[in-house]
Amino acid sequence: MDFINAIILLLNYIFIPGLTYGSQLDLGAIFVTLIYGILRFANFATGDMMSFGTMMTILFTWYFQSLGISLGVLPTALLAIPFGIFFMILYMLTIDKFVFKYYRTQKSPPVQFAMVSIGVMFVTQAVVRIIIGPGDRRFFDGEKFIIKAREFKEMTGLNEGLALKSTQVITIFVTIILVSLLFWFLNKTKTGKSMKAYSDNEDLALLSGIDPKKIVLVTWVIAGILATIGGALYGLDKSFKPFTYFNNMLPIFAAAIVGGIGNPFGAFLGGYVIAFSEILLTYAYKKFFMYILPESMEPEGLVQLLSTDYKFAVSFSILVIVLLYRPSGIFKGKVL
Amino acid sequence: MVGIFQSWNIALSIFNLCLISAVMTMGANIQWGYAGLINFGIMGYTALGGLAAVLISVDPVQEAWRAGGFDILMSLWLIVVMVLVIRFILKRFEKSKIRTYSIAAIIISGILLIRFSAEPGIEAIEAVDPAKTGFLGGFGLPIVFSWIVGALFAGGLAFIVGKVALGLRADYLAIATLLISEIVIAIIKHEDWLTRGVKNVIGLKRPAPYEVDLQTTDWFIKLVEKFNSGKLSVIENLADREAALNQLVIEGSSVFVKLCYSGLFLVVVIILLILTQKALYSPWGRMMRAIRDNEEAANAMGKNVVKQHLLIFILGSAIVGIAGAMLVTQDGLFTPGSYRPMRYTFLIWVMVIVGGSGNNFGAILGGFVVWFLWIEAAPISLFLINFFTAGIPETNALKAHLIESVPYFRFLLMGLGLLFIMRYRPKGILPEKIEIK
Repeated sequence: MDFINAIILLLNYIFIPGLTYGSQLDLGAIFVTLIYGILRFANFATGDMMSFGTMMTILFTWYFQSLGISLGVLPTALLAIPFGIFFMILYMLTIDKFVFKYYRTQKSPPVQFAMVSIGVMFVTQAVVRIIIGPGDRRFFDGEKFIIKAREFKEMTGLNEGLALKSTQVITIFVTIILVSLLFWFLNKTKTGKSMKAYSDNEDLALLSGIDPKKIVLVTWVIAGILATIGGALYGLDKSFKPFTYFNNMLPIFAAAIVGGIGNPFGAFLGGYVIAFSEILLTYAYKKFFMYILPESMEPEGLVQLLSTDYKFAVSFSILVIVLLYRPSGIFKGKVL
Repeated sequence: MVGIFQSWNIALSIFNLCLISAVMTMGANIQWGYAGLINFGIMGYTALGGLAAVLISVDPVQEAWRAGGFDILMSLWLIVVMVLVIRFILKRFEKSKIRTYSIAAIIISGILLIRFSAEPGIEAIEAVDPAKTGFLGGFGLPIVFSWIVGALFAGGLAFIVGKVALGLRADYLAIATLLISEIVIAIIKHEDWLTRGVKNVIGLKRPAPYEVDLQTTDWFIKLVEKFNSGKLSVIENLADREAALNQLVIEGSSVFVKLCYSGLFLVVVIILLILTQKALYSPWGRMMRAIRDNEEAANAMGKNVVKQHLLIFILGSAIVGIAGAMLVTQDGLFTPGSYRPMRYTFLIWVMVIVGGSGNNFGAILGGFVVWFLWIEAAPISLFLINFFTAGIPETNALKAHLIESVPYFRFLLMGLGLLFIMRYRPKGILPEKIEIK
């Protein structure tokens, strides 16, 4: 019985949160990796673009709520996401046309692109803050829990409860569906294959008749979808605050690089690597050991490897270590 | 200009921060403009400079030292031993998988050992009067020394970072330095025994006199009287004149203190400017440019590219460390929570790019212009909004919303400024002067 309690404990505090957080990072990391692989620059505006998409989603959610439209047990935001995506793509394409296109035709070095993306970051931050303000916003509605901790305890008679939030389930499901669709698109369709070819070798791709304009367009469309959904899911699960989104850029970068930048599958796994290592290293295992060890061997302290304050630092340290020993990432990405 | 429109006090505080920004920009400019190294970790070095100011100027907390000083010293000693052992292994054995794994094992077990040995000490220190101290304190020296120590701290960190990360390609280096600076901030924020963390350190010593003391000093009152003799003589009533003088003295004292800071900062800026100009036109400066423009050719000429990169990375970071210590000196408080990448990394980069990379005067100009706009963006945009919406009534929702969000127009201004400069004047307002024939 104690053993099952211990398992439930880990499920509740490590596995499910890790999976959720990892999925949220994933979408952002694939977004970074796609931009890096195809447009060839590190996009420092990632976090803020995600917050722009989320902001659009929130605005539409409010609009639908004011009209009285809702999805019942599901959050209204799911209905608003497609509209958010539309405006996100529109915004990205505008920025691309007025900002990035010039440097692409100039064949500027990646550093210059990165600098320009910082300019875009400033502008996007301003736009988001001017439209919706810097405050903390929750836009979740519908049923909050699928399984409540207390219900679970009563149902099974165990000491440990297992809580399952609906946002967690939605996040994991949507991520899996979206990522599988994306991989299908990249590997099976003609456009996807030409995107890969363009990423591998631009000149060769151009020679074989691939239209660069179309590739760029499709990349931004996919990026818009990923950014909006990733941002909206994060906002649903936690809350929307522009500053948090800007900060999220850092673990997202870490995930993309750890997985091997330019490699979408690497980014997908990188998200989970980052999320789980953050949670595993900062979780206090005292209760877990109390369950599995005999009473005489119970630990005194919290049995916590690092205090939770260092959550971010953990993922960054992993990134630094990976950069040192395997700069191309765990799953070979672009060669440096 | 601000002096006339708002007040001399505000004008001087903007001016002081402009000077500090100029120092930071010079540091970043040395790395980017001279050597083409991208450093997004400016925030981390600034914070380390600030930490130096705290550690130098605060009086030591004797009780805390008694409570946990021994444990902390033990841990420090353990760290030194660990580093020495790793160095020994690195020197003694050939590169192999076993070596890598054993070093990893040493590091992990060392960290665990240090954690367990230091924990009681840390708890004891943090328990000493946590509302006021709860940390080890510093050395109780004049705060100006911290400018040098700040440079040493930042340079030391830069040495480690440079050893580790300088081999990376430009955009990876940017990301790596950004993340390392976040780690530094996380440590400063949460190691309360050293820095008091988010509880902040306030009331640091000042190199300039205190306003309250000045207001009671005779020569200062006479000075203010002399400056304003015209204004004062108009007032007939003696009591009124006394009151007016009092008011002037209070205003004058804060202006005077700010002027003291400006003087100190100006000295630093001028010294740094002279040194950097000399370096730029020296053979060493030429070599740096050669390395920047063509690494392989410089390497073939027998220049040690790796070593020079490391050197310039340390120098630039040390200058940023000075600026960090200056910043804390002028504020008189250390707030680890206020170090954010937006303000301390990206804004500095906007200054470098806008001012003109590779040109020291450009860097200073960038620091001044961008900081001025950053502060004055809100009033300017408020004015513009009022101007363009003059016809719309005050109660209009859109207008009210716009006026409410005025503080965020500074981001817009910075972003657009950066984009326009990058597009139409990629070398900055004052471009690099040296042409390579």
